[in-house]
Amino acid sequence: MTAAAPSRIAVVGASAAGLSVAEGLRRDGYTGRVTLIGDEPHLPYDRPPLSKQLLSGAWDTDRLRLRSAEALEALDLELRLGAAAVALDTGAREVALADGSRVGYDALVVATGVAARRLPGTEGIAGVHVLRTLEDAVGLREQLRPGLRLVIVGAGFVGAEAAAVARELGAEVTMVTDAAVPLADALGPDLGAMLSQVHAEHGVRIMPGVLVDAILAAGGRATGVRLADGRTVEADAVLVGIGAHPNTGWLAASGVPVGNGVECDATLYAGSGVWAAGDVASWLHPRTGRRLRIEHRANAAEQGLAVARNILAGPEHATPFDPVPYVWSDQYDLKIQIYGQLRGCDQVRIVEGSLAERRLTALYGRDGRVRGTVGINMARATRRYRPLVAEQAAWPIAADPDPALSDGPALSDGPAPSDGPAPSGVALSGVALSGRNA
Amino acid sequence: MKISVDFDKCCGAGQCVLAAPDVFDQRDDDGIVVLLDADPPADQYDNVRQAAAVCPAAAIEVHE
Repeated sequence: MTAAAPSRIAVVGASAAGLSVAEGLRRDGYTGRVTLIGDEPHLPYDRPPLSKQLLSGAWDTDRLRLRSAEALEALDLELRLGAAAVALDTGAREVALADGSRVGYDALVVATGVAARRLPGTEGIAGVHVLRTLEDAVGLREQLRPGLRLVIVGAGFVGAEAAAVARELGAEVTMVTDAAVPLADALGPDLGAMLSQVHAEHGVRIMPGVLVDAILAAGGRATGVRLADGRTVEADAVLVGIGAHPNTGWLAASGVPVGNGVECDATLYAGSGVWAAGDVASWLHPRTGRRLRIEHRANAAEQGLAVARNILAGPEHATPFDPVPYVWSDQYDLKIQIYGQLRGCDQVRIVEGSLAERRLTALYGRDGRVRGTVGINMARATRRYRPLVAEQAAWPIAADPDPALSDGPALSDGPAPSDGPAPSGVALSGVALSGRNA
Repeated sequence: MKISVDFDKCCGAGQCVLAAPDVFDQRDDDGIVVLLDADPPADQYDNVRQAAAVCPAAAIEVHE
């Protein structure tokens, strides 16, 4: 720490990213005041299980706690929970909270995350759900029962995970999406089609390629959805999973640059003593020079640690944030792992396993470079391709097969071989994304 | 240092293996964490703290 290090740091947002900032500051030896401000009344809790274990009833809410009471105590935080930030004065360096109080700071971190996007005009209609907060998940869980007719609008990971849980609990599930192939937006048409097939086999009725025009309601309660092509689908409950938007409204008059999120430089600094981390942070990616905003749990933790480091280093000595993004999804008995960025990739190659086995590792490429890797029920093998993503290896990769890598050593052999350099022996032939590679 | 892992929470990210490969490994298919050393030597402490911090499932707890 330098002599100029701030003595008061306020973190707005008490979820994964905000907590990570606080932990990072303490780990890096910061002993000044840390105020952690959250609009929700709960101690920091984890969101990915909301559409998985919490929704299914496998876990109760206590298991969502991000840290034990002792671990939180040890961080010596000033916790302001249930206190939404409503305005920021970067001149006076104060955050105004909804209860009328103000919190002064020398450095501020915006980690306010995102809010679920809703269909216009559906606020206040009973039986219309989104899935972002603990209350959202508990509210939907209370509805799920055998025979419930659930319509899921959108076919992203949240909707797909909720569909899987709802089917396991016996609900009748219809998934409506404007995408031609559900989940193809994330994974490309081949893996997307395979996932759609898995959902269909589990009894999910999929209605692709159509927009939802309106939620139908009677007596203030949802009764179904009307589609843009005129068809209607009856429902007892509707889950809207059509993405999220950054929580930046409270920054409107602050002068902090806001576009699609808080606009930061490559080091996550937005100027005037303000930094950002997590879903809300839009930063200039140091390699592409383009803005990037990532709504994934792993990014929240890594970005929080990076901001903590950079605050203590000071804006002049801060280092760019250059991660390999990671996200996972659990659907039925499929465990999906994604490293890197698949968006915009126009090349895909299955390098281990196959679509038919529903067990595979695929590499994704764009502009002659490896940009991502996806694993389905092959988690450990897939991680071994992560270095290719990190270094953005040339695509196609020179064929120089290394049998030890393609087989994958047994666990009892120890971790050394699998954690060595990236597999270099993958024969890639630049197959178009729309091609069949299995 | 003592490490406890909630295997039921683990999502198979492998971030712990990247941070502390001498202490953590993964099972092949589901990627669930394998704890190689629950009481690691002092030269591993920083790596283990990093592993716990970046675990996206909050499955690793470190007691010091």
